[in-house]
Amino acid sequence: MALITYREALKTALAEEIERDENVLILGEEVAQYNGAYKVTEGLWRKFGDKRVVDTPISEAGFVGMGIGAALLGLRPVIELMFWSFSYVAFDQIINNAGCIRYMSGGLINVPIVIRGPANGGTNVGATHSHTPENLLATMPGLKVVVPATAYDAKGLMKAAIRDNDPVMVMESTVLYGEKWEVPDEEYIVPLGLADVKRTGTDITLIAHGRAVITCLHAAEVLESKHNIHAEVIDLRSIRPLDEETIFESVRKTHRAVVVEENKPFCGIGAQIAATLQESLFDELDAPIGRVSALDAPAIYSPPLEKRQLPDADRVIAKALQSC
Amino acid sequence: METLVHPADAAINRRLTKEDKVRFLREMFRIRRFEQTSLKYYNLGKMGGFLHLYSGQEAVAVGTMSLLGNNDHVITAYRDHGHALVAGMDMKRCMAELFGRATGCSKGKGGSMPFFAPDKNYWGGHGIVGGQTPLGLGIAFALKYKGLQGCCLCYLGDGAINQGPFHESLNLAALFKLPVVYIIETNGYSMGTSQKRSSSYPESLAKRAEAYNMAWDVFQGEDVYEVRAKTKIAIDRAHEDSEPSLLEIQTYRYYGHSVADANAKKYRSPEEIDNYKMNHDPLRIWSQHILEEGILSESEIEDIDVATKEETNEAVKFAEESPVLTESEILNDVYWEVDNQTDAAKHGRHFFNT
Repeated sequence: MALITYREALKTALAEEIERDENVLILGEEVAQYNGAYKVTEGLWRKFGDKRVVDTPISEAGFVGMGIGAALLGLRPVIELMFWSFSYVAFDQIINNAGCIRYMSGGLINVPIVIRGPANGGTNVGATHSHTPENLLATMPGLKVVVPATAYDAKGLMKAAIRDNDPVMVMESTVLYGEKWEVPDEEYIVPLGLADVKRTGTDITLIAHGRAVITCLHAAEVLESKHNIHAEVIDLRSIRPLDEETIFESVRKTHRAVVVEENKPFCGIGAQIAATLQESLFDELDAPIGRVSALDAPAIYSPPLEKRQLPDADRVIAKALQSC
Repeated sequence: METLVHPADAAINRRLTKEDKVRFLREMFRIRRFEQTSLKYYNLGKMGGFLHLYSGQEAVAVGTMSLLGNNDHVITAYRDHGHALVAGMDMKRCMAELFGRATGCSKGKGGSMPFFAPDKNYWGGHGIVGGQTPLGLGIAFALKYKGLQGCCLCYLGDGAINQGPFHESLNLAALFKLPVVYIIETNGYSMGTSQKRSSSYPESLAKRAEAYNMAWDVFQGEDVYEVRAKTKIAIDRAHEDSEPSLLEIQTYRYYGHSVADANAKKYRSPEEIDNYKMNHDPLRIWSQHILEEGILSESEIEDIDVATKEETNEAVKFAEESPVLTESEILNDVYWEVDNQTDAAKHGRHFFNT
């Protein structure tokens, strides 16, 4: 085991997959000679050269579409978006072309691409650069969406995403890039569609993805030390496919649930999970399902206020206490 | 220079056999009759959605695609039936797709706009204006990546030239030296808005290529000889130099933007349409070549047309007798991993109806 950053874990996954499969290549803005806007691809161009690590102009619709077109002929492009916020100018390519071509061709075609990059608030970059579109994209049948919260998951999910034969959207976090976790030296894969119990507990289930998982882990510590409430923390890891069984198993034990996300509440992941829980486990629930989300406005710039806009441990604790 | 030679005498046309020339005629008849038959059954309420007819533009698909080899690929927009038939797609399965049947080329899941035949290097059929232009770029990228000498012909209408992704694609194509040939099939109208009312451009739409340091050409699309002679230059440029081109082929559509275009007869005069049919019709012009060159007699040409009509009628019969998919099959063909029941599809829920 080595203690490495989330960024290093992603880079290692990319390097290993480039070495494993000659059809894997990286496309994106500043990914090669600049070493990546957030340094996820640092050193890869020097190691693998122009063919495998390709700098593109600032043309998201153009190069995302180019990657999808290349995938039609069997390449497996990993397309970096400097921010997932920039995906919005490439939505036609992602949704209609990557997401619908298989269906519209009656299953003749598949699109083995990965689109990856950071999707998070919390860095004071304002409304246009803080979007978290996991709910928007997971609502499209044909697309898959994963959101790793740790270095271990980032590496394992990235490798699974690259080997997957469907389009997979990997949403990372600039806030987590520099954080370190233990990661095995030997190869491993984290399959899509498998949630992970990040902390076991018996009294309430906190369900989250991405950085909200870290927030929930902090909240769970306080709930235990100050309130004697033992919270179980479930990291979804994968939004679509979604591991409902792991959620159900936990809620059958705790009978209470709070869904936490850094996204906005309307039609968020929490809404989907709350709907499923009430329909499937109505008789198991001892309290209404709680939801904690970002405050429902575009991402604010003001650094002290943005901290308030995003869910923090205090809000998770308050919501959990309402349920217990 | 080959461009100065009469198109029929261009080297690429001199090597055509009589059989080739008859095949081109048959292909054009097949498109024309397929479209007319589709229109008939659309109007009878047998089909849903949109129907964008290619009638009038046949020489473009037939001429350009006649030049393609094993490593050459085609992608186009939603006016895609002509290209699909020339690519070699089964007419019966194309008609069944329009009828929404299980035997359709996309099992009735796509409809008129997205016909696909990957085994024939035919990549659709794309409904969003200009949305296919980055895909064509990507196909060319993959050819170059794999070291294959091929190209991608990427067709678009003149209404697509003002879409951002098209301009992004031109820049990327020239920047990366990709073997893609963009072919604007200029029929004069972006839906109901004429070119003059929709586009700011110098004397030719294709001249916009100069802004991207890309080769371009503009020519008439009514005569297969001319289409082949001019397109060959661009394909050679792609094959030999891995350089892109932008071609504008001037043509005309007899029907509206789609069959649902209620104003099809309002923004164009009947004289304009009649003039094209009388003086510029690609079937009429190619039939004239065939007659003048003594390849077929008028009655032999008529025989081809009759046989084609029979083929389209059989396609309709096949479609009408075909079943639709069962409701449970709606959820197939969404994810490759799920369809193939792989390990990667073992975990989690992919579909969310309760």
